[in-house]
Amino acid sequence: MYKYDEYDQQMVDTRVEEFRDQVRRRLAGDLTEDQFKPLRLQNGLYLQLHAYMLRVAVPYGTLNSEQMTVLGDIADKYDRGYGHFTTRTNIQYNWIKLEDTPDALADLAKVEMHAIQTSGNCIRNISSDQYAGASADEVVDPRPYAELLRQWSSFHPEFLVLPRKFKIAVIASETDRAAMRLHDIGIQLVKDAQGQVGAVFYVGGGMGRTPFIAKKIREFVPIDQMITYAEACVRVYNRYGRRDNKYKARIKILVHELGLEAYSKEVDEEFAHLLTQPIEPPLAELERIQAMFADPAFETGLSDEIELSDPDFRLWVERNSFAHKAPGYAIANVSLKPIGGIPGDATSDQIRLMARLAKDYSFDELRVTHAQNIVFPHVKKSDLFALWQELVKADLATPNLDTVGDIIACPGLDYCALANARSIPVAQKISERFGSARRQAEIGELKLKISGCINACGHHHAGHIGILGVDKKGKENYQLLLGGSEGADTSLAKITGPGFDEDGVVDATEKAIEVYLANKQGDERFLDTYRRIGMAPFKEAIYG
Amino acid sequence: MVDVQFRFRDDEAVNDPAITVSGFTEQSNATAVRIEPGDDARELLPALDRLALVEVAFPSWTDGRGYSSARILREAGYTGELRATGDLVIDMLHHLRRCGFDAFAPEKPLNPKDAEVAFTRWENVYQATAVDGRQPIWAKRHGA
Amino acid sequence: MKIVTGNDLKSGAVIWWTGVGWSLDVNNAADTGEQGAKIIAREEGVQNVVGAYVIDAEKDENGVRPLHIKERIRALGPTVRPDLTLKPSDPQAVNWVI
Repeated sequence: MYKYDEYDQQMVDTRVEEFRDQVRRRLAGDLTEDQFKPLRLQNGLYLQLHAYMLRVAVPYGTLNSEQMTVLGDIADKYDRGYGHFTTRTNIQYNWIKLEDTPDALADLAKVEMHAIQTSGNCIRNISSDQYAGASADEVVDPRPYAELLRQWSSFHPEFLVLPRKFKIAVIASETDRAAMRLHDIGIQLVKDAQGQVGAVFYVGGGMGRTPFIAKKIREFVPIDQMITYAEACVRVYNRYGRRDNKYKARIKILVHELGLEAYSKEVDEEFAHLLTQPIEPPLAELERIQAMFADPAFETGLSDEIELSDPDFRLWVERNSFAHKAPGYAIANVSLKPIGGIPGDATSDQIRLMARLAKDYSFDELRVTHAQNIVFPHVKKSDLFALWQELVKADLATPNLDTVGDIIACPGLDYCALANARSIPVAQKISERFGSARRQAEIGELKLKISGCINACGHHHAGHIGILGVDKKGKENYQLLLGGSEGADTSLAKITGPGFDEDGVVDATEKAIEVYLANKQGDERFLDTYRRIGMAPFKEAIYG
Repeated sequence: MVDVQFRFRDDEAVNDPAITVSGFTEQSNATAVRIEPGDDARELLPALDRLALVEVAFPSWTDGRGYSSARILREAGYTGELRATGDLVIDMLHHLRRCGFDAFAPEKPLNPKDAEVAFTRWENVYQATAVDGRQPIWAKRHGA
Repeated sequence: MKIVTGNDLKSGAVIWWTGVGWSLDVNNAADTGEQGAKIIAREEGVQNVVGAYVIDAEKDENGVRPLHIKERIRALGPTVRPDLTLKPSDPQAVNWVI
């Protein structure tokens, strides 16, 4: 894992002092709320429905045990004993006091954490593959590249007041586990015929009110030009992105309105120019970072056998574990989606428990996933049973990864000032209706995603089944969408038709699932069946 | 015209009236120009050597186009005064400096003590902008 | 009736204008008539409140009820965490929101 040196530490410490000073000026009346708001947002501090909310960055979703412990402690010390893991692999606290924020940030800085650029119109937390460094299908570990981008984008003086927020994801396998093509910039690391690593750049993806799948803009950027190329992409956006309408200000709209070719021509010219400027870090810097991401000391000669006589354990292993690159090891997923629970929420005790288990069983490492779950990336297969037993006691062993119960949901109108409808109660009802082991086994992989407004923080466009909450004359109303995907086969979901009330949308979801089960051929997932038979049979069943 | 509150140059202050970018490209003898957020700074590049002052307007500090304009001019070798004007806020002064601004004329004068702290707060920087003369952290790490 | 709400600057807590000060309980909200904008300007000016605005509400024998669900959720707390609302021991409180 990355370890701060004196420079990194100084940067976050300085930021804490800067923010402390900004809070002081705000409380003294030297800054109005209008002036303060963009500043606090650049530090992840929102004013939400009930209180201030602090979003803490988990760069590329990677954490160590000590950091995770502090995340639990922050929840107790400054909040109400829990946190919410987000689709940007961050964690947010819902009840932070403005006057406490600088102290909370100081506590985080002590364990190399921060809230820098977790909101605001700037480059946000860089996300990556939650199985990085552990799965067998990656070309390289994408995290060192993400760290290089993190440092480049942190306090980048030219790009702190962009037209709108800017999200970058970096992956290094054909299996996209990070919704890469739904980012402002998506980077896929590849190797060319000579074995040289380079970056395929995608640009202009995103969800929100007008969803777009990112388009490939460059086939192969040599790795020692990656930062320069990213700088060219963002500079063109900063100069030409729309600023007259915040709903048209994302780079996806610029790319769409200019056309990929025209945008790409601008980027090429800027790139050629910027290559003459000494702005690219040397490869030695990448190598310095890579050294910190070396594999942990995996034991050799381990057996791949797992004793599966306990049926509940067996179900969990089948559902929640994933193949590891090292023999005798597995990747274990913790579902933060207990049946009827609040997706992505964890109590301070659960957070600290996961921290300890990471230390005991996973070389001190954890990951946060964009699906709002937690990963132990390196678990010995012979330890899985002991790990599972501990998780069971803390209600963290729900065996439902990537099934209908593993719902992504934004906080919705229960917490969010922008929401039009509540998301969590819908997630709870669906999870309760379909959550039984039998039902889940029958339905198989089904990614269900719920947003409480068109900003799409719950990724409804990318759900095999998506649900979008809207406000219909002061009442909550829910639209149903089908056919989205965030993987290597990214697609955008289509709306079925008129919306429903809360119970209505749960019933409609059930009807859609029944159509799938009735039409499914062989091993087809819900998404495959939908793609084969199209929308009509679903519409017929739901509205007919 | 608003007063320059902070200036990081030793030469005589330039007080020529700044004209618009389109005015400048049509008129050959002006020495001061004013860039609005929507203007293309690159239109000035053919005539950089006769410019003594470029004002970059920030009607609202949250419109960041002026940061790119400034860097583009400096990257092209402009050495005259580069002045930020308009809705400037203390917390962005450091970043403006990094993009090549060396004079600041805020619409409303800023608290000089807070501004002084803001200009000097960041001892190190992550990126090379190549226009502020600062050595980025990666260069320090590798003794470049 | 027109009532004024916002958040406490320091703590962020949802607060309601009572006519003389701010309360955490929406039932203490006063009808501000046409005075909302004036109250907001003054109270934001002295840093008592942040993000204040005027909303519509009704008053009956049970108390003050904002017309929009969003404001009722603000008044009570998250419906999915009754333990964190202003009425943690009242199982019926969520029904008031919906």
